[in-house]
Amino acid sequence: MSDKPLSVADYPLAEKRPEVVQTKAGKTLDDISLEAVLADRIGLEDLRITGRALRQQAEVARAAGRPTLAANFERGAELVDVPQDVIMRTYELLRPGRAGSKDELLAAARELRDVYGASSVAAFIEEAADVYERRSLYKKRY
Amino acid sequence: MTDDSHVRANRWKRFSDWDERPLRLDKFAVEDASSGFAAFNSPYDPKPGLAMGQGVVESMDGIAVRDFDMIDIFIAKYHLDPEIAPEAMAMPSLEIARMLVDMNVPRSTLVRLAHGMTPAKLAEVVAHLSSLEIAFAYGKMRARQTPGNQAHVTNAKDDPLQMAADAATAVAFGFDEIETTMRVARNSWSNAVACAVGASVGRWGTLFQCSSEEAEELKIGMAGFTSYAETLSVYGTEKSFVDGDDTPWSKGFLAAAYASRGIKMRCTSGAGSELLMGFHERKSLLYLEARCLCLQRAMGVQGTQNGGVDGAPVTCTVPGGMRELMAENLIAVWLDLECASGNDARATESEIRVGAKILPYLIAGSDLICSGFGSILKYDNSFNPSLLNGEELEDYLVLQRDFEADGGLTPVGEARIMDLRARAVDAISAVLEELGLAKPTADMKQSVIAASGSDETRTFSGRDVAMISEAIFARSITVIDVIKALAARGFHEEAENLLKLVRLRVSGDYLQTSAVVRNGKIVSAVNDPNEYHGPGTGYRLSEARREEIVAIRDVLTRQEVLRGEAQFRPAEVTRIAYRPVGPAAATGNPREVVIGISPAFGVKLFQTVAGHPLSAILRVLISGIAEGGCTARVVRMLHTADTSFLGLSAARLAGSGIGIGIQAKGTAVIHQRDRLPHNNLELFSNSPITKLEHYKRMGLNAAAYARGEMPEPVIVPTRGEAMGSRYHARVSMIYAIETEMTSEGAEPEEIDIKFLGAAA
Repeated sequence: MSDKPLSVADYPLAEKRPEVVQTKAGKTLDDISLEAVLADRIGLEDLRITGRALRQQAEVARAAGRPTLAANFERGAELVDVPQDVIMRTYELLRPGRAGSKDELLAAARELRDVYGASSVAAFIEEAADVYERRSLYKKRY
Repeated sequence: MTDDSHVRANRWKRFSDWDERPLRLDKFAVEDASSGFAAFNSPYDPKPGLAMGQGVVESMDGIAVRDFDMIDIFIAKYHLDPEIAPEAMAMPSLEIARMLVDMNVPRSTLVRLAHGMTPAKLAEVVAHLSSLEIAFAYGKMRARQTPGNQAHVTNAKDDPLQMAADAATAVAFGFDEIETTMRVARNSWSNAVACAVGASVGRWGTLFQCSSEEAEELKIGMAGFTSYAETLSVYGTEKSFVDGDDTPWSKGFLAAAYASRGIKMRCTSGAGSELLMGFHERKSLLYLEARCLCLQRAMGVQGTQNGGVDGAPVTCTVPGGMRELMAENLIAVWLDLECASGNDARATESEIRVGAKILPYLIAGSDLICSGFGSILKYDNSFNPSLLNGEELEDYLVLQRDFEADGGLTPVGEARIMDLRARAVDAISAVLEELGLAKPTADMKQSVIAASGSDETRTFSGRDVAMISEAIFARSITVIDVIKALAARGFHEEAENLLKLVRLRVSGDYLQTSAVVRNGKIVSAVNDPNEYHGPGTGYRLSEARREEIVAIRDVLTRQEVLRGEAQFRPAEVTRIAYRPVGPAAATGNPREVVIGISPAFGVKLFQTVAGHPLSAILRVLISGIAEGGCTARVVRMLHTADTSFLGLSAARLAGSGIGIGIQAKGTAVIHQRDRLPHNNLELFSNSPITKLEHYKRMGLNAAAYARGEMPEPVIVPTRGEAMGSRYHARVSMIYAIETEMTSEGAEPEEIDIKFLGAAA
């Protein structure tokens, strides 16, 4: 794979550039067959998107003139390896009135940055922490 | 009987008639911006504006940065492109509106400008457009070139067997996406498994979502059963947003979370939601929705479900409400979002308003024309009835054919549907058994396969379904287990299809804007961009696609009509004999009425459109004439098949100067020899509702005219049936048989009629 960003012409990657599409364990699309599933060579883990795939799709989206979509794919790429319970806990904390103070949100951001390397998501949450303070959202709703 | 001629009526009864029409169940609201009931313009809407200093927003739409609410902050930071904004905001709105409908201005130019426009600016521009212009601009601006559609698949019992059968049925009709939800929240897992299995029958590629509580929905997605989500609601005022228990940041985080799980996602918004939630801030519906849409682009979601959606009914109560729904869809696609364009919640009880609502979308096309066409019956729709439902699906198929417009659906024959439903029920039954979740009986299965709706099924109880659903969750059953179960029970094709759908996640190609799967390939705004720039460009029906769309059921062919007519011959030959006895001449008998029959009468055609045997018609005409004190003579015309000329020619041969002209299809006329061809004495033009007694009275009246009297004309009462729509196709084919048998200048032929046996 070259370092040149993917373009619109490379899309759909599964058709046009199958060699760049891999599962986390390094399997190819061709490896994902019914036979392989029945033989337990392929499990649900192999049917997950990877951070790399999301960054590739971000390149395509940016090339197609969709920078905000690309940014979301990049945030998504950072969350690929974040466990489900952490995702749900963070989401819950971002809902209005869940965090009692700014510090709770800042702590969640810190965890995502330090443990999972999710720096842009962490910055997104820190921004929310500021905005929620300005808009008085740190109060219990129920 | 009382004499009430002195009582003055106080009401035109037509209003009472109107009171009874379904339309009157719709309630309408007066335009009142201060109560939030204004579609396009409210005096409280801000004027478009943007002040920037050194590339940073200082105020937007009249609000200074320090007064920004969460939505303003998010839009200013993530939506507005500071490179483009000064240029776009400086352009006159009317000029931009004209660019939207100018086929020579490329879509890409307009999309770029939208990146620099504030919500008030976007709203102001589209408000310049008429409904026609909005529809045109929508067709030009929507992101993916090929149109598509989405279905709801739900049922009132949350029955997994029916869910699977109905999912397979929706897939067969061509829906690109199907969406389910539950009557009882805990049944979500059962619904998800059943729809996923049903949607894998017949072909692969239909995306599936299970609409439920946010966290639950993501879990179901993680287990591999669903492939997209669209229930991330956003709102146009801060208070509505908070009341909806979210913020732009919580929803933005969730959008990233869905991407991280490889699940396609769009947001939901739409006019009326803030109004329904009571936090409309006295702003117009369109302005609030423009805020929602800028926010969605800012969050980086690929698309939206908008166009009223659940707020459509309230939006349609205000003047311009339907136009507003179109306008907000236009803003969505102008912002380069995939648009599942509403046409979802049924906004009216009037079928005319339903048809009018859907038409612009059908002819303009849309990524997903309905963001939930009710593929099931209204009462089975757990989202509430859609604009269009299972009851009306064929109407929609016919609209596609009428307008030669691709509404995303394809007619399917009865046998194919039954095969698919049976296969789907067998497949889900196999999965339930194989995974030890339930054992459907043969009777349950049979009742579901044939059922139009859940009222007709004998299936699982509510308690059974809840136990199935909770077991799926408790045992952490995933799509892999379901694929294995399908394969173990011989459903290899379905197992493969389901696996292919889940495998889409690996590359993430289907996360791009407007992505659907067609014929096993991803089609999205990236590789199928809308490139409309005038006639001959953009999406056009291919010949093959046109053939699919026009192939509705029960279409008449000439062969069928002729075959049908031929069936009546054997019976007619036992009742009547027509014997030609040479050229017909005029006679001097003043009491003679001539009946002029058409060329195919009793030769190739044997009954009227109303179904009366022609022998019976002649019998009553002749007896009517005889009872009127005259004699009848039958003459076959060979130079014409036209009723007026049949009658006039007959009149000119008759000693009385009175003739009856009658076509095989039953259209009949009384004519008089000195009149102009189309100025007859009496005419039965509605043959489908003309009864034998009418023909009898026509014979009597013809005799009365022959005696020089002026009888009361025979009126065939009509109740306003759409005769043309019911009969014209067949009548045209029948009439062609008559005209083919005519030859110019052919002489009338005298016919000796002999009635055989008993009357028909």
